[in-house]
Amino acid sequence: MTLLTMAVLVPLLPFLGALAGLAAGRRAPGFVRPLAILPTLAAAGFAIAAAVDLGTGRHLDAATQLTPTGSVPIELSIHLDGFSTLLAVLVGVVASCVQIYSTAYLRDDPRYSSYAALVSLFTSAMLLVLYSGDLVLLLVGWEIMGICSYFLVGHHWENADARSASIKAFLVTKLGDVPFLFGILALGSAAGTFRISGILQAAGNGQIHHPTVIALLLLCGVAGKSAQFPLHTWLPDAMAGPTPVSALIHAATMVAAGIYLIARLLPVFLLSSAALVVLGAMAAVTMIGSALCALAQDDIKRVLAYSTVGQLGYMAGSLAVGDRDSAVFHLLTHGAFKALLFLTAGVVIHAAHTNSLTGMSRMGDLRRRVPDAYWTMTIGLLALAGIPPFSGFFSKDSILTAAEDATHGAALTGGLGPASAVPHAVGWIVLVAGLVTGLLTAMYATRLWLLTFRAPGGTDTAVTTEEPPAMRWPLWFLAVPAVALGLVGLRSGWLPSLLDGTSLVPSGTTAVLGTGVALAGVLITYAAWRRATALLADARTAPIARAIHEIDESTRPAGTSAHPDQAAADLADIPGVTLGQALADAEAAAQAARFAPDPARLLLGPLLGPASNGFALDRLYQAVFVRPFLAAASLVRFLDREVIETYLAGATGAPRLLGWAVRRAQNGNAQSYLSALLAGAVVLAVLVEATR
Amino acid sequence: MHLVYPAVLAALLFCVGLYGVLARRNSVLVLMSVELMLNAVNLNLVAFDVWIRDSLHAGQALTLFTITIAAAEIGLGLAIVLMVFRTHGTADIDRLRTLVEQPAGDPDQAAAATPHGSDTQRKATAA
Repeated sequence: MTLLTMAVLVPLLPFLGALAGLAAGRRAPGFVRPLAILPTLAAAGFAIAAAVDLGTGRHLDAATQLTPTGSVPIELSIHLDGFSTLLAVLVGVVASCVQIYSTAYLRDDPRYSSYAALVSLFTSAMLLVLYSGDLVLLLVGWEIMGICSYFLVGHHWENADARSASIKAFLVTKLGDVPFLFGILALGSAAGTFRISGILQAAGNGQIHHPTVIALLLLCGVAGKSAQFPLHTWLPDAMAGPTPVSALIHAATMVAAGIYLIARLLPVFLLSSAALVVLGAMAAVTMIGSALCALAQDDIKRVLAYSTVGQLGYMAGSLAVGDRDSAVFHLLTHGAFKALLFLTAGVVIHAAHTNSLTGMSRMGDLRRRVPDAYWTMTIGLLALAGIPPFSGFFSKDSILTAAEDATHGAALTGGLGPASAVPHAVGWIVLVAGLVTGLLTAMYATRLWLLTFRAPGGTDTAVTTEEPPAMRWPLWFLAVPAVALGLVGLRSGWLPSLLDGTSLVPSGTTAVLGTGVALAGVLITYAAWRRATALLADARTAPIARAIHEIDESTRPAGTSAHPDQAAADLADIPGVTLGQALADAEAAAQAARFAPDPARLLLGPLLGPASNGFALDRLYQAVFVRPFLAAASLVRFLDREVIETYLAGATGAPRLLGWAVRRAQNGNAQSYLSALLAGAVVLAVLVEATR
Repeated sequence: MHLVYPAVLAALLFCVGLYGVLARRNSVLVLMSVELMLNAVNLNLVAFDVWIRDSLHAGQALTLFTITIAAAEIGLGLAIVLMVFRTHGTADIDRLRTLVEQPAGDPDQAAAATPHGSDTQRKATAA
């Protein structure tokens, strides 16, 4: 089998699997599971084979033109290089894990067949984005992902939350996609081709005259898809979807697409310092803001969602300093550990019957009930926090190193552009924001771990909740890259040789700094947690008045916990849990949430309130965009109903009067009709004769 | 024979038939008047066929055709009149007004009146 055949099969197989799965659906339920898993597994296998076959330093381009399309040709073209094959392996592996995990997680779901088919389609679209060598073809995959995320986030459409979250995800990403489309068209017309290789060549020759405008337009789409600052609000809400979908969206598909696109088109971005500054500032705001939000969230999935936003901020920051190797490196390791974290979160939610961290912190025995999830989540969180030698440390530090190089004008652009294209300020922004975020990331990872597994008390008699093997083995399988994937960047012969060849080894200063802030974050959070626990224990024995005060000190304000209804929605897809039971559990968790030792309040202080609702960005958007839009819509409705309809009603008056007159003539007597007919005939005859 | 005799005769026949169709009350007589009109036409066809010396005699052929159709038509018509008489108890054409548009002063209420009209019609056929 040639490399090209394999490359074509990689996106094609999940697509065909999705079609077959949809067709099988109700008629042949026995085929749904194999049709969901096998094509994805096969695509993962072919992706690995393609990556191995391609080897290092080569690239493959193939194109065929279906039909002439006017001035700028659009081709079905494939471009394989180290970036696309590596990420395709990641996507294939994560999607396979998600599909296997879903067979157990959504075992009793009545809509499992369409769910599995949509996941396959989603995977196929992402693989198309990765392998596409043509911007228009890439846009096709990009948009299919948009619609798939809409369907999957809204999987529980019985739920108002899921419905509005899916619409929000769709609209917000579309908001970015419109400028993105303009950017692609501008780029295509400037370069005279939509082929990415052609565009990069044109960028090298200086044929692109307005790189800033084009780069900023493209950035809008990237911000929407990859959940960067102004357009990130859809991602935390997208948690209304089933947990495996969150793993898929966050780890491999959808959000990775934006980063990958900038990585592919980095030479265009390097032409414009202004765009790099915007990208760097956007990344910095995203990183710090989302880390603060993650620290204040109560819903375990929302913590992870905000952490995804932050880690994507890292990647965007790395791209802003011109180093796409470390961005893709972090994308790979993040894909591994974030998929792991989401899948373990699913197991934990399954066992705890609640999404709420404070609810979990009341159950002292979670770590004994789900030992697999406990260990693998610990690994995932260590990788997320960037503690050496876990994978997150290496990739994050390679980004910090790149930023540090950019601060003294030696940006590692990997030969894509001059190092001077990256302003020093961007390097500083990314470096400082990266370090601050490193601290905050370690803090929220520690908090998540402490609250979930290290609750005080609890019974020792708890039995292990036996998870199905399909929900346990993917965890251990993903834990391996979460631990070890960071090592591949160490030698220039390994990962860097597949990419542009820039060094991914962390430099001494940033390694020490990064480890320092991560450890500091862990220790600070641990201390805060101990103090909160002590305060709470103190409060239990203290007089009532003081106790209330201290509980207020040590716990969260009431009402910031996860909404019971939403938590119940998540639980309802766990097999063996009825909705009623889930609701009761969620209520109990909400009650418990008021008395849990949460370090967030001590750590964040006055910031806790704003951070827990995402700095009121949703409310701002509601006030600035949604409400004026609704007002405009009601104005249009008024104009339509009251003004245009009045004209219409007026216009119908005359025909109605005529009809009334004609109806009067309908007296039911056939003879009078005939008389009228005769009279008419006579009149006509006379007229014809007279005018002859 | 001059063409004017059959032509005048046909015109007279036609007028008598027309009068019968428009003015008689009994529907059997109305049908007979229709026959008169048809025959007036037949007469014209034959007369003009002779007058223009048509070698194919299309007029005569058409006349035979019309006579056949008329026979079928009168059979059908009489059957309908019989049925109408059985259901309505009358064959007076000016009393068969089921298809009348309900008198409605306001044009807007006409829509509401229509179902009522079709209802009476249905009752009439059922009886």
